[in-house]
Amino acid sequence: MKRVTRRSFVTSVGAASVLPASAVLGAVQGSEPAKENAVNAAGTSAPDRTVADRPTYLFFNAAEVLFIEAACERLIPADENGAGALGAAVPNYFDKQLGGAWGAGERLYRSGPWAPGTPQQGYQLPFTPAELFRNCLRAIDRQLAAANTPFHEMSADQQDAYLKSLESGENELDGVPSAIFFDMLLAMSIEGFFADPAYGGNKDMVAWRMIGFPGAYADYYEAIDKHGEKFMRDPMSLAEDGRGHIHMHPDIPASL
Amino acid sequence: MAQRLKEVDVVVIGVGMVGTMVSKELAAAGYKVVGLERGQTRATVPEFQSPGIHDELRFDVRKALMQDNTREPVSFRNQASQVALPVRRWESFLPGTGLGGSMVHWNGQTYRFQANDFQLATRTRERYGKTFLDSDLTIQDWGVTYDELEPHYDRFEYLLGTSGKAGNIKGQIQPGGDPHESPRSREYPTRPQKEHYQGALFRKAASGMGYHPFPQPSSNLSEPYTNPEGLKLNTCVFCGFCERYACEHYAKAVPQTVLLPVLLANPNFELRTGCQVQRINLDSTKKHATGVTYIDAVGREFEQPAALVITCGFAINNIRMLLLSGIGKPYDPASGQGVVGRNYAYQTMSTVASFFDEDVIINPFMASGASGTLINDFAGDNFDHSGLGFIGGAFIGAVNTNGRPIQYHPVPPGTPRWGKAWKKAVLKHYNHTVMFSLHGSSQAARQNYADLDPTYRDAWGQPLLRITFDFPQNDLRMAEYVTSKAVEIGKAMGAKQVAGGPRKGPYTITQYQTTHNTGGTVMGESPRTSVVNRYLQAWDVPNVFVIGASNYPQNASWNPTCTLGALTYWAIDALKNKYLRNPARLVSA
Repeated sequence: MKRVTRRSFVTSVGAASVLPASAVLGAVQGSEPAKENAVNAAGTSAPDRTVADRPTYLFFNAAEVLFIEAACERLIPADENGAGALGAAVPNYFDKQLGGAWGAGERLYRSGPWAPGTPQQGYQLPFTPAELFRNCLRAIDRQLAAANTPFHEMSADQQDAYLKSLESGENELDGVPSAIFFDMLLAMSIEGFFADPAYGGNKDMVAWRMIGFPGAYADYYEAIDKHGEKFMRDPMSLAEDGRGHIHMHPDIPASL
Repeated sequence: MAQRLKEVDVVVIGVGMVGTMVSKELAAAGYKVVGLERGQTRATVPEFQSPGIHDELRFDVRKALMQDNTREPVSFRNQASQVALPVRRWESFLPGTGLGGSMVHWNGQTYRFQANDFQLATRTRERYGKTFLDSDLTIQDWGVTYDELEPHYDRFEYLLGTSGKAGNIKGQIQPGGDPHESPRSREYPTRPQKEHYQGALFRKAASGMGYHPFPQPSSNLSEPYTNPEGLKLNTCVFCGFCERYACEHYAKAVPQTVLLPVLLANPNFELRTGCQVQRINLDSTKKHATGVTYIDAVGREFEQPAALVITCGFAINNIRMLLLSGIGKPYDPASGQGVVGRNYAYQTMSTVASFFDEDVIINPFMASGASGTLINDFAGDNFDHSGLGFIGGAFIGAVNTNGRPIQYHPVPPGTPRWGKAWKKAVLKHYNHTVMFSLHGSSQAARQNYADLDPTYRDAWGQPLLRITFDFPQNDLRMAEYVTSKAVEIGKAMGAKQVAGGPRKGPYTITQYQTTHNTGGTVMGESPRTSVVNRYLQAWDVPNVFVIGASNYPQNASWNPTCTLGALTYWAIDALKNKYLRNPARLVSA
């Protein structure tokens, strides 16, 4: 694989997408909007991005953003078919989830005692998702600082090798088996890529366009008879139907 | 100190489908009924409406409609030698909560079990001999027969308006239906749903191999329907958001669309939501229930006296309610003695993915929760098991219900989990794959059971239910065999690559399989091997009835809801025509 420098990496992904927040935070100086006419999956030219288009990170600190942005893009990279995680604003999805109820342990039973259990018994750590990320990102930062190569400055191959060390569970992150962290990182990347744009990822429904999923659209009564024909409608986000349309029943009052 | 309320005739614990049916019938018969529901009130309008309802993250991934596991989870282990740990997040199964219960988020798959299933132990012995079964299996007859349940199946299907094609009406095989089904008294209330492309591909291949494909019986309706209660359902539009969601269109048969409006209009019924029942209270003889104790949404404790208590919870909650109340002897796997928690079973799910070239466009997102095509040729005892070394089977069907992409993005085996190759594979296969579901039976086994956890507690301070479960070898052999048959169908469809995924052990709670938990308060012919008699009356406390999939002595090859509906009407019949006229034991022990 061609070695990707931080500079070329930022430029190439920034072209079809938001600028990474590292630019906002001043961690990378001098990156300019790409000159080449990047084409997004909808087939239109990517507009120039302004400051307002950049994610406002509320949960992650500057160092954490550097890792999350680079790591997500390796998990779901931009390619000839369209944007990857960065272009789809997946790090913004992470930030909003971890900074909100999910990060705080929504739907997570949190009473002890604590034991590692078997793989079949599932997640058994006392950490909320937010605590898990803080703990593990700090450990990763320290590990790589000791090795003198921050993740975002590695080559793509080096980044993949490091992510694989997390995935395999060989690595330990301040007591957390790294596979637990990696699995959550991967699951949330896929969520952010494919969830409704209302959650901050899947920007402009870019992931839905790539696979041909119509999103919240909800009526295939006629189309289902057209076996084998591609469904051509543009996808629909929840945000496009913000006022809703109520399906009233003629005989059942709303309150039952 | 609990505040003591005025006595009523009947207390119903849990106002899901079963609780709604029981309450409606008994209130209509003139009894004062109080329904205690731990969750919130919810209705098609406004709770189930857009834009919010088609939100995969909220409902699929974050499980918005499910039992609040931060307050009330279960604990789990594979075997008794391990320490059970709490299920900190739901994955393997998803019990619902709130008015309408788990049925609000069901897929609408509405199968009957077969006559053989209700006499499984007897018929297995007769056909295959006394030594055929693995020694760990504890299967038994239900104590009720298919013929006894048939009128109640019929009534339940007509309540829901189920869309399907009969295969056997009074012994006459019907073209286009399932020839293996046990005789039904009449056609389905509405015609089958339209067949999607996956179903059509499956039908052609399966027919060509001599199998008997038929349309999935669906309670997402194919046409407008007015049920015998006078409620009107709409036509389903195949939006692809059924299971884990509520239906915005009044097209899915759930308590809100088929019965609750009638129940709530009856002044003999009082609904109380936000009420967490702590236990059924017994008098000093321990043979008679005096009512229930519950804690309301703001934390106040009440005692609700009642002449009759009916627990209508999801299977695992029924088991726990009896254990917390001291009704029935808890099961001990070491001695094999005791009954509550015994014969906990599940479902043995396998999958087959058939990957096509990009010129075959599937549109997986155009589906209802039950608009597929399937065969029963390898379900139940519809094939000769001699020499196979297992009992049971699975239906095989192109019954995929959706294309919601966070959870549905099939890739061939060997694809990396992430990176460039993963993304490429997701894009290549999303719209060109046919998924089969192999819905396998689950035999009860001596080592699988439920009891109270010694360590972990719920938000009210009560012990969690502890589930000890792993797949019996019988069921893993079944999964292997049926999967090999399904792979042949995938190949016959002309798929470029067919990947069979037979269910393997150990059972894990980290992967969704089904919400078809069964057993633990099983029905039967003897108090030594069952918790309730054939009318679902507790052997030990005759004024307590237990109704739920927890009554199943083992689980069959099909989704359990329709059988539960039939059992509920069967029990209601016994309550109205026998028990309430003369409150006593309906079967002598």
